[in-house]
Amino acid sequence: MIFETVLITALCILLLAILANLYRVVKGPSSADRVIALDSVGINLIASIAVFSVLLHTHAFFDLILLIGILSFIGTIAFARFIERGVVIERKR
Amino acid sequence: MKPNDVILKSVTRVAAVIISTFSIYLFMNGHHHPGGGFIGGLSTASAIVLLYLSFGIEKVRENIRVDFKKLAAIGVLIALVTGMAGVVFGKPFLSQAFGYYDLPIFGNTELASALIFDTGVALAVIGTAVNIILSISEDR
Repeated sequence: MIFETVLITALCILLLAILANLYRVVKGPSSADRVIALDSVGINLIASIAVFSVLLHTHAFFDLILLIGILSFIGTIAFARFIERGVVIERKR
Repeated sequence: MKPNDVILKSVTRVAAVIISTFSIYLFMNGHHHPGGGFIGGLSTASAIVLLYLSFGIEKVRENIRVDFKKLAAIGVLIALVTGMAGVVFGKPFLSQAFGYYDLPIFGNTELASALIFDTGVALAVIGTAVNIILSISEDR
């Protein structure tokens, strides 16, 4: 019982962290702030899915953790490349 | 000035292999568990997009000589032919069959015709996703 209480408390704290990151996404003065905040939203999502699957006694969501990690990594790389050079995919011209 | 992205290229060489393995796992997992042709194709497409991001269009086009428009068409064709195979045997369209066979190495294995349909779906999704992203990135 007390274990479930701890897990639900952790989920609430992760929700607060995601909301704070979303505030930074909307408000952020520069584009780099928004990119870092989006990456951090992805990491918080991964953590909350892990806590959720401990809470539900299932391992059906473990693939989802890896998939969100991959997609967040690629998204962050694409945004960083767009900020640095102005194009996402390079080509010789 | 030539940008220095040696860390990105080194990480991509390892991560593309891992993402491709994971996508094959998702594709094979889809018969009884979460997964399937659509999400397997999407993660394969994300591995190819990662290669495009870090090595540029020309270098990937030299090494992966696949026309993604034709790949999407071939995938839809495979899915359609698998669906029509049920009609040939007098069943409704898209009906599937499975059976248990004794294979030499794997032992008693379940083979299902839905796997061929899933292959078609995966090829169509890979072709479409990579094509969309390459078309969006052509801004000139």
